[in-house]
Amino acid sequence: MKQVKHRNSASKILVLGTVFLFTFFNPVFGQDEAAANAVVATEASSGGDVAKGEELFKSLCAACHKRYKKMTGPALFGVEDKYEREWIYSWVKNSAAMIASGDAQAVAIYEEYNKTAMNAFPQLTNTDIDDILAYVMVPKADPPASVPGADTAAAAGSGSGISANVLLGILALVFLMLMVVLFLVNNTLRRFAEANNIELPDSESKKPIWKAFVENQFLVLVTAILLLLASGYFVYGYFMQVGVDQGYAPIQPIHYSHKIHAGDNQIECKYCHSSARVSKTSGIPSLNVCMNCHKSISEVADATATADYSKEFYDGEIQKLYKAVGWDADAQKYTGETEAVKWVRIHNLPDFAYFNHSQHVTVAGVECQKCHGPVEEMEIMYQYAPLTMGWCINCHRETNVKVADNKYYEKIHKELSKKYGVDQLTAAQMGGLECGKCHY
Amino acid sequence: MSSNKKYWKSVEELNESSSIVETLQQNEFVQEIPTDEFLGDKSSLENSSTTRRDFLKYVGFSTAAASLAACEGPVKKSIPYVVQPDRIVPGVANYYATTIADGYDFASVLIKTREGRPIKVENNNLATSNGDANARVNASVLSLYDSSRLQGPKKAGEDISWADLDKEVGAKLNGLGGKQIVLLTQTFASPSTSKLIAEFKAKYQNVKHVVYDAVSQSEALDAYQMMYGERALADYDFGKVNTIVSVAADFLGDWQGGGYDSGYAKGRVPKNGKMSKHIQFESNMSLTGANADKRIAITPSQQKQVLAALYAYVTGSGSKSSLGADLDGEVVKAAKQIQKAGSNAVVVSGIQDVDAQLIVLAINKAIQSKAFNESTPRTIRQGDSKAVAQLVKDMNAGRVGGLLIAGINPMYSLPNANEFKAGLEKVDLSVAFSMHDDETASACNYIATTPHYLESWGDVEFKKGSYSLMQPTIKPLFDTRQFQETLLKWTGNTASYHDYIKNAWTGILGGSSWNQALHDGVLVTPSLPKEDLVDAIETPEGEAPTPDAVSAGPNLGAAARRLSNAKSNGLELTLYTKTSLGDGQQANNPWLQEMPDPITRTSWDNYLTVSKADAEQLGLTNENVANGALNGSYAKVTVGGAEVVVPVIIQPGQAKGSVGLALGYGKSKGLKEEMVVGVNAYPLYQNLNAVQDVTVAATEGVHEFACVQLHNTLMGRGDIVKETTLEIFNTKDKHDWNAIPEVSKNHIEFEVTSPEVDLWDEFDRSIGHHFNLSIDLNACTGCGACVIACHAENNVPVVGKSEIRRSRDMHWLRIDRYYSSQDSFETDNEKKDNIAGLGSSLSEFGEMESPSDNPQVVFQPVMCQHCNHAPCETVCPVAATSHGRQGQNHMAYNRCVGTRYCANNCPYKVRRFNWFLYNNNDEFDYYMNNDLGRMVINPDVTVRSRGVMEKCSMCIQMTQKTILDAKREGREIKDGEFQTACSSACSSGAMIFGDINDKDSKVAKLKEDDRMYHLLEHVGTKPNVMYQTKVRNTTEA
Repeated sequence: MKQVKHRNSASKILVLGTVFLFTFFNPVFGQDEAAANAVVATEASSGGDVAKGEELFKSLCAACHKRYKKMTGPALFGVEDKYEREWIYSWVKNSAAMIASGDAQAVAIYEEYNKTAMNAFPQLTNTDIDDILAYVMVPKADPPASVPGADTAAAAGSGSGISANVLLGILALVFLMLMVVLFLVNNTLRRFAEANNIELPDSESKKPIWKAFVENQFLVLVTAILLLLASGYFVYGYFMQVGVDQGYAPIQPIHYSHKIHAGDNQIECKYCHSSARVSKTSGIPSLNVCMNCHKSISEVADATATADYSKEFYDGEIQKLYKAVGWDADAQKYTGETEAVKWVRIHNLPDFAYFNHSQHVTVAGVECQKCHGPVEEMEIMYQYAPLTMGWCINCHRETNVKVADNKYYEKIHKELSKKYGVDQLTAAQMGGLECGKCHY
Repeated sequence: MSSNKKYWKSVEELNESSSIVETLQQNEFVQEIPTDEFLGDKSSLENSSTTRRDFLKYVGFSTAAASLAACEGPVKKSIPYVVQPDRIVPGVANYYATTIADGYDFASVLIKTREGRPIKVENNNLATSNGDANARVNASVLSLYDSSRLQGPKKAGEDISWADLDKEVGAKLNGLGGKQIVLLTQTFASPSTSKLIAEFKAKYQNVKHVVYDAVSQSEALDAYQMMYGERALADYDFGKVNTIVSVAADFLGDWQGGGYDSGYAKGRVPKNGKMSKHIQFESNMSLTGANADKRIAITPSQQKQVLAALYAYVTGSGSKSSLGADLDGEVVKAAKQIQKAGSNAVVVSGIQDVDAQLIVLAINKAIQSKAFNESTPRTIRQGDSKAVAQLVKDMNAGRVGGLLIAGINPMYSLPNANEFKAGLEKVDLSVAFSMHDDETASACNYIATTPHYLESWGDVEFKKGSYSLMQPTIKPLFDTRQFQETLLKWTGNTASYHDYIKNAWTGILGGSSWNQALHDGVLVTPSLPKEDLVDAIETPEGEAPTPDAVSAGPNLGAAARRLSNAKSNGLELTLYTKTSLGDGQQANNPWLQEMPDPITRTSWDNYLTVSKADAEQLGLTNENVANGALNGSYAKVTVGGAEVVVPVIIQPGQAKGSVGLALGYGKSKGLKEEMVVGVNAYPLYQNLNAVQDVTVAATEGVHEFACVQLHNTLMGRGDIVKETTLEIFNTKDKHDWNAIPEVSKNHIEFEVTSPEVDLWDEFDRSIGHHFNLSIDLNACTGCGACVIACHAENNVPVVGKSEIRRSRDMHWLRIDRYYSSQDSFETDNEKKDNIAGLGSSLSEFGEMESPSDNPQVVFQPVMCQHCNHAPCETVCPVAATSHGRQGQNHMAYNRCVGTRYCANNCPYKVRRFNWFLYNNNDEFDYYMNNDLGRMVINPDVTVRSRGVMEKCSMCIQMTQKTILDAKREGREIKDGEFQTACSSACSSGAMIFGDINDKDSKVAKLKEDDRMYHLLEHVGTKPNVMYQTKVRNTTEA
């Protein structure tokens, strides 16, 4: 009898053990940082210094030229194959003179690029130009070659994942087999017992616990009250979150990454959301604001790509912008065919609540992040704050009004701080809790 | 003193035995609410297929379904500009100066635009003339978003392209074979358009230009031409004189183009014990008569005699008048007043008669009135009724080959529209330049659809040397082209009209900058650069003045004789225009239709105004039904062959023997069905003359008016208006004429404003801003511009006629009109003292108690009084209405559950309840029910939903914006920066808004003024809106 009990408990332990193992044995995907930037420092045939050339190129040429892609001016890779070196020297130093002199090649390129004149660079020596040429003549690194690290890392990651799964599967199988064996042994023993006419003890006819519970009225009452309270708590919680869309992160028509713009590139929020300074709305930037930069940024750097979003993906999103704004990247001009981008609005304040950005941004000097969260880390923008009235009110209670150097506040601050006996006034003391300040 | 007067709001109230008034004073409802009728009807209750259980099931299901559906928020899209225009910042308003010149209303205005949408009209404070937007101009922004506008050019009802239209019309214009081409247009008063028309005349032979004003001023123009050799209107500045005598000139209304109220109001506020004296002789109770110190109700024929007599008395020429003794006495008094004032007096007249207008000009010339400026005559009315009559004849005779009709609707507004129609059929080519498929446009071959003035370029010369520019404030909504643009095309000019104006203006500008003029919207040139404009000014059609006539001067004696011989045959009808609709151009504007008339307080209708005596004689009645709404009988009005059936309103102050009827109603084509209201009175406007001999007879039927007259009774609290006379005001202590009510506490009398008798502790409001609004009952003319401005600023919904009739109007700001009985206090007291014996007393008191013959009128704008001790706030169960430190009584709509306790507890009855959802609801198919109309909505103010209470917020969105601007710029706020929609719309300066904690502000000074009082002071609500006691100038010369 004792044996039987033991077997039972052993099977239980086994099951629990399996569950335990499954719970805590998580496959960890090891991921190596991709060592992506494989700059091929080949000496070009011309013998210029590539590093120096890169420096010069970035400071002087990059506004209009790219190595492998047309921009305002032509792509410069392969330029040496098309033109004589001497011709390039004189073109760079004074292109206008060459066009004026009627040089056929010069006129042709001038016509091709819509008569856009290239700046003259008389300050560049021939050696400098050699360096630049050396840099631009570096062939484009092949994409697979450029990110070998990332690829192998991904392969390794997935490989280790598979092995962990296999291991777990085998373990599970072993446990399962053990359980089957136990069950079978148990059955066999029972049959033996029956055959030998040994009486197996019945389980005691104890009063079931639920019956005891039901008969104890006090316990029922207490439980009922607890249940009611708990359900009330949850129902209240449910209703209070209706209409609160904290964490709302809808899919946008263009995958715009605040992380890249505000985080990596440190673009000031109000550069794009300029109306936050003067208007009640922060404004979604119009597409011409995007084009201030994206006229010359038609693709992301290789380093921008992440495991979740590839460079092709980001470049595709920039193409969406070009399509919407009607920018023909090849011809470097606007086609005039535009289509509006229908962004999904994330922060939806109800119509009966009035909120003014300029009051908070310009007058109070509140950081954007205070309400919008760490936008510079958001790959996908989401609603950070609950935007409930309680949340507004709390902040108004805690935040001091920025009265310094503001003539408007001079008198009222003096009088109010005397009245309340404080040096710093909160927005609430200034009247920021009155209904009519936000509801009209 | 003030409490001596009895104020009343309707004729019904004067009826001693009226049970309705008695009941209304005691109860909210005249009758019990008929619940028994419904619940007592057992059989129908039992026959109902819906059982109580079923009903509960439905309710349960729909509630559950609704709440489940509400849990999921909708996905909202935000669409930014592709290329954002430099000047537009979303959320920030831009203002553009432009000009309305629709042929009836001429004003230089500022347009507030948000995200490129015009949403409000404001006064242009830079304008020296016509810078004040009246109610119609304020409402004109809504007409831009009229969903019944035509969306492109039409040919015989079918769409046509502009290119085809140009080709076809061009071919026809050239192939008329020498027949006349007639341009029948509104008054443009536009130098560039005149030049353009002259060029058009040069291009096509035999072109005639006829100017037609729907409401004619032809006689006044003729008279001015006879006197001064120029077809224009005399320009008056009522602010420069202290005595104004008007014979039937409604100069606070639309008389000769209107726009006189700001000048008039200036002289009406007592300053240093002086104010102007205004005597009005008229038959209809007009806005001007209502504002007069003394109003004498006389029939139109008597008006002529009065004018002749006045001329005789003032100039000392002519014989004794044939007037009755009483009336003659009044004329003598008026004449004495004029003589005493000398050049500080002015006489004006609205009588449509060349003789009368000549006499007026002669009187002003004789007294050398300072109000009259000879060098700057008005040009905003140029219509010539003789030329129009001739045109109809020519058309019927087949002499007219091409007719181009611009900006007018003669098929609706001509009395002989049938003749016009017959003539139109004989015209080879007819083109209508119109925004709507109206009566005229639909009868023409082509409709060259025109844009609204807010989408157009243009220029106006209001009066000599006062110019104004019109610029588009929005890209044309539809495929439209303005009249001038089309005319340029047809004259073969390839320039755009904008360039054309700019070019035409080189002369007008002199040395000043075009951009500056466009920015300001107005330009005043000291003297006219003649040489540049000679070819621009067109000689008007019609009879040119013979040089002899001008040099010899008109025969005034003969004119006066003709006037004094004026006779009437029975009843005389005076056709007038209402403040709300004017000549009827904007009949499709729901704001205007719903605006109650300042005098009758009736909306959505026109009606025959009849004096009480005549009504009794003719068997016409008015009665108030159970809920206080007004019913009236119908009358058949006949003038010559024309006959209309109109409802009747008994109008206190209507001269016996005269009736009045408003033009501008009853338009039936080119507008929404909901807007087809009233009766077209133009068929009675024979020979374009407003005065007609009529026969009136009662007919069958009862008309239901939407009148806000007996609404929201003040439960018998009569001291709401305070009034005194100039004499008392000057000589007596404030306590005598503007006493603060007192209450007794422990047998000591305290003023109710004293903290001793206050139920509540006073809140300290000395820090920060404390807003107050002052309303001067002397300066308020009741013009109603504030009512419409409030509509536009605060998204006040339009509810329609039947809801208004149920007292469910939504106006946040109403202008109450009170009649009072006595002519003056003295006469009354005198009469009382002179009563001798019972017989005399019966008759004398009887006389005093028939006040509706000629009541005095007070206008009182009432909005939420923003009480510091607000009765509404204490009864709200959910604290939806609360008080701000700045004095405003806040209303949080999202918190309101609609119990309406607050409205019941408000002593001023200024709270409005949303009985229905008024937007996006087909039952209320006004502007808030279509996308186009909703473009006028102010994005800074919530659009309220069903079941919430709303009221005046003291334009908190405007004060908050002013504060924010100052904070952003880090500066203090100057007096005058704080405004509300009503105070900024008020051109008469009656409404002054500001911060009383700024001790130097105007409003702080007004609060200390002796005339200041609060409404129902004894209630102890301590309002933040104050009124300035009305002072009447009853001094006799």
